[in-house]
Amino acid sequence: MSARDEILRRVRSALSGVSPAEDLPPAPRVPDRGDLVALFVERVEDYRAVVTRCAVADREAAVAEALAGASVVVPPGLDLDVPGSVVDDRLTADELDRIDAVVTRARVGIAETGTIVLDHQPDQGRRAISLVPDLHVCIVDVSQVVPDIPDAIALLDPARPTTWISGPSATSDIELDRVEGVHGPRKLHVVLVG
Amino acid sequence: MSGTFVGMPAFPTAAREALGDTQLRRNLAHATHTIRDKRAAVVAEVEDWEDLRLAGAAVKEAALRDLATHLETLEESLTRAGATVHWARDAEEACAIVAEVARSHGVDEVVKVKSMATGEIGLNEALEAEGILAWETDLAELIVQLGDDLPSHILVPAIHRNRAEVREIFRRRMGDVGRPAPDDLTDEPAVLAGAAREHLREKFLRAKVAVSGANFAVADTGTLVVVESEGNGRMCLTLPEVLVSVVGIEKVVATWSDLDPMLRLLPRSSTGERMNPYTSTWSGVTPGDGPQEVHVVLLDNGRTRALADDVGRQALRCIRCSACLNVCPVYERVGGHAYGSVYPGPIGAILNPLLNGVADEQTASLPYASSLCGACFEVCPVRIDIPSVLVDQRAAVVDSHRGDRVPKAEAVAMKTAAWAFSDSRRLAWAEKASGLAGRVLGRFSRTTLPGGRTAAGRLPGPAAGWTGARDLPAPPTESFREWWDRTDGGRT
Ligand code: SF4
Repeated sequence: MSARDEILRRVRSALSGVSPAEDLPPAPRVPDRGDLVALFVERVEDYRAVVTRCAVADREAAVAEALAGASVVVPPGLDLDVPGSVVDDRLTADELDRIDAVVTRARVGIAETGTIVLDHQPDQGRRAISLVPDLHVCIVDVSQVVPDIPDAIALLDPARPTTWISGPSATSDIELDRVEGVHGPRKLHVVLVG
Repeated sequence: MSGTFVGMPAFPTAAREALGDTQLRRNLAHATHTIRDKRAAVVAEVEDWEDLRLAGAAVKEAALRDLATHLETLEESLTRAGATVHWARDAEEACAIVAEVARSHGVDEVVKVKSMATGEIGLNEALEAEGILAWETDLAELIVQLGDDLPSHILVPAIHRNRAEVREIFRRRMGDVGRPAPDDLTDEPAVLAGAAREHLREKFLRAKVAVSGANFAVADTGTLVVVESEGNGRMCLTLPEVLVSVVGIEKVVATWSDLDPMLRLLPRSSTGERMNPYTSTWSGVTPGDGPQEVHVVLLDNGRTRALADDVGRQALRCIRCSACLNVCPVYERVGGHAYGSVYPGPIGAILNPLLNGVADEQTASLPYASSLCGACFEVCPVRIDIPSVLVDQRAAVVDSHRGDRVPKAEAVAMKTAAWAFSDSRRLAWAEKASGLAGRVLGRFSRTTLPGGRTAAGRLPGPAAGWTGARDLPAPPTESFREWWDRTDGGRT
């Protein structure tokens, strides 16, 4: 018997006489928290990420300020002009490692947890470009901010890869001391537009 | 194959050694209390935490009760998404599958994301035997690997090492296996983390094959989920050309939306954060983005054994958050190594016997590594009633000794108790004997317990197992019956 058939047989025999579960109890919803965007800002900053809020017309300037002259890569579908940037055309990991920063869009922002989620569409690029450079500048529109995790899950397409980012990379592995920045970008700068 | 460390002594022996290590106890107390407080604060923020726990438990329970269907669905959706699905009955089969994938690409090294399942099956050792080096990339796992050590906590496997020890390990060992630690390495956690970043980056950039586990596997979409903090997970899941994920069959949830209660429960219970820094989800192969060859190994290795246990089945709901470790008074004092397994603490005390059976002495000692205080059940995000399963597993251990020629001391004691309690004359006699023993033992004892009663010292013979870890109050010199007779129920 193949391993597959054997395991499925064992599972069935382990569960013989066990009835399937009834309907699942619904997961509770968070209560209304008032100003979602303010909550989002507070919770993102709580992870020691930087948040800049600006009007649509000032997006380019806010991004330039966040970059402060760093070398930068952008995804091919970015709807914004970043002077001096390299557009990703399948750069190798080594090439990305020599670039300081990346500018991307996001798919959704979660207020309750201060999380931004990328689903790696052309305005966010493939996963590697928002991972290897040390500074991630991420542009989020206020209209993209939702209350909580279930709202984000409902919006996302599971067929696409997704990356959920809550603050910069961190570890508490040495004596439980929190250190920002191990392998992912050590600096996260969210530009909140609108 | 078992998930326990080979050659480990049974829990009581290992625990006594650990208790003698004051540095270990100090590190553990600091760590468990810090995480415990953080967890309590972020859990208190959620108004309906108890309802969320019910929802989380229900998602996992429902998936387990119809596991065969969900596994078939998962296989189908993974295959449709371009992944190759393998099945492994045990550790050996799983390791062989991973080794074969690595060999087919001609590599002599793989990078690894921290994963309990690959620790359980001893993957690193199996690969090494095939001439393939497996680099752990999680900071704590790196410390454990470079220190030739064993993990001691699910979440922070190097919880037993302090910063000075970590610095020493990095200075001594990094150079042997890659980029050495810088000369000016201090014991600042930020500096140590920086050294790990440099050391591992060259490995990430050149790795062709990565190995991961998964926190969840979504049946209807074929999506795997990895929850992490450092970004080493993202590196392994994104940069290499080939990805092999070893996934226990109990990781399945039915639908994409079932991830909701789980992703709300796990980070708060685990690291005590609203959300962990990074969560990655992927479904098979995404053209032009990430690994273009994706393998998933579905692992049994004792899980179907646990699934067949009506009381113990709930242990398979575990999402490895480690909250139960951090609140456990036993774990806090003895640490993870005493459990002799990658699964320590309260969950380890039930999971190891459920996965492996209680035939060997080491595993059989685990259900006793608890005071049954119930703190673990209260914090468990998926409401595993660990104390009830512990009691049930104790019964299983006792049952497994029924046929023994030499009965266990405990079994003799219980039989004698049953014999004495079943007859009032015998009981009176037993109490007198105990009163006599009390006078004798009281004379030999060194300690006085709170309340002024003397404690018996370490008893000789089979009873040593009990008194070695506890102060046994010396029996009172007069029994209640004797007192009643003497004073006419207190009237004289
Ligand atoms: S048993 Fe519960 S508390 Fe313990 S690690 Fe598993 S999920 Fe967490």
